[in-house]
Amino acid sequence: MEIPETLRYARTHEWISELEAELFTVGITDFAQEQLGDVVYVELPAVGDKVRAGDAVAVVESVKTASDIYAPVSGTIEAVNDALESAPEGINEEPYEHGWLFRIKPDDPAERDALLDADAYRAVCDEES
Amino acid sequence: MDGPRKDCGGSVLHMNTTPLTHLHEQLGARMTDFAGTSMPLQYAAGIGEEHLVVRERAGLFDVSHMAEFRIAGSGALPYLRYALLNDAAKLKVGRAHYSMLPNEQGGLVDDVYLYHLADEDWLLVANAANRATADVRLQEIAEGFEDVTVRDVSDDWALLALQGPAAATLLDRLVAADLTQMRKNDTKATTLRDYAVRLARTGYTGEDGFEIFTRPGDAVAVWSILQDEGAEPCGLGARDTLRLEAGFPLYGHELGPDTDPRCTPFSWVVKDKPFAGQASWPQLRCKQRLVPLRLSGRGIAREGYQVHNTKDAVVGVVTSGTLSPLTREAIAFAWVEAAYAEPGNALRVLIRGNPVDAIVVDLPFFQPDARVS
Repeated sequence: MEIPETLRYARTHEWISELEAELFTVGITDFAQEQLGDVVYVELPAVGDKVRAGDAVAVVESVKTASDIYAPVSGTIEAVNDALESAPEGINEEPYEHGWLFRIKPDDPAERDALLDADAYRAVCDEES
Repeated sequence: MDGPRKDCGGSVLHMNTTPLTHLHEQLGARMTDFAGTSMPLQYAAGIGEEHLVVRERAGLFDVSHMAEFRIAGSGALPYLRYALLNDAAKLKVGRAHYSMLPNEQGGLVDDVYLYHLADEDWLLVANAANRATADVRLQEIAEGFEDVTVRDVSDDWALLALQGPAAATLLDRLVAADLTQMRKNDTKATTLRDYAVRLARTGYTGEDGFEIFTRPGDAVAVWSILQDEGAEPCGLGARDTLRLEAGFPLYGHELGPDTDPRCTPFSWVVKDKPFAGQASWPQLRCKQRLVPLRLSGRGIAREGYQVHNTKDAVVGVVTSGTLSPLTREAIAFAWVEAAYAEPGNALRVLIRGNPVDAIVVDLPFFQPDARVS
């Protein structure tokens, strides 16, 4: 199970990377996509949506279940990964690469520091397995 | 994302196991608690792949968690005719059929499969979750009959299911019996290599296939022989998508303690003869019917979702639903008010607040011969 060292994580299995200063890319982790199984539908937020940390902003649906995806920080949605509409399996194939979900401009970039590092996230996964 | 459902976690010590539990774990299965038994939900391939294995080749399931009852004696036939809804008098030796066990409240204790092993000797297979309630019901009915014994023999059997178009060819290489002489719903005792087994040409997937009853101590060996011969392990996740796609009900979803099966597509099981609990069954008037649905919009209908008519009034509820890995269509069963139950009727399923178009269809959901292989 992959947990890249360079990313930050939420307890709710989202990963966050800094694409550029003050623009975060968000997706779900390898652990999350494995738990879900084959993804069949994705509902993404709209570009321009203002969200608060902890809001359910997207839904990833597999044959087994539908799961809410939570905004890891407060901010504005700057971009969404439209390619997932026709190819949702990208989330299973490359959860950290072309399976990204949305990009968010944080209101307060420092909120990122409250997120988990790879070791802390690994501990979360071990708890839940 | 919402956290994963906690599977075995720390409670594995309280769960039952089958003779194959350790083997499943070695094969890398993700295990789940199913009716108190640790069972494989899926293996490394995943539910979608395993579903296709059964539709295209030969999948192998462990269903040893299910309950078995042995019914014997000269009074067994009249007893079974009375206890179950289908007519055991029509079941010759060496044949099996689908049936249901009614309760005293106008509904069902379980749906079951009945096998006529030999003269005055029958085997009844029931759902794992209903082992105790089926036992109680079968025993209380038996009190009204002479010369019949009903014994719970679940611990005396392991049960595997080999399902798929390649199942017969694969199994024929391994068993003494000539499988070309076994029709669907036939059952016979034979040997698989050195192991005594009972076969039944039955299953829950809609494919050709066999259920293989073995002694618990032989289960690992028989599984390994089948796997070495090309059978591919499949878990309960695929078993559920397969049975739904095949149009089969699952007790606890489509059937329950309040279900009148005469208001479902499975009404053919109810034969015209007296049965235990009949006095509790009302005059037939189906206010609701169980119908198959196919969704035309985007989304998967799931158990408990509301069904609306085209004027957004609630007219029913989904009992099971999935996205078929084979046809990629979202299919479901739902109870709906009788006025909306005709095939072709347009309905909507409320999926996380959005109404998604659906249509009432006839079974089957898919045509085995029309598949693109």
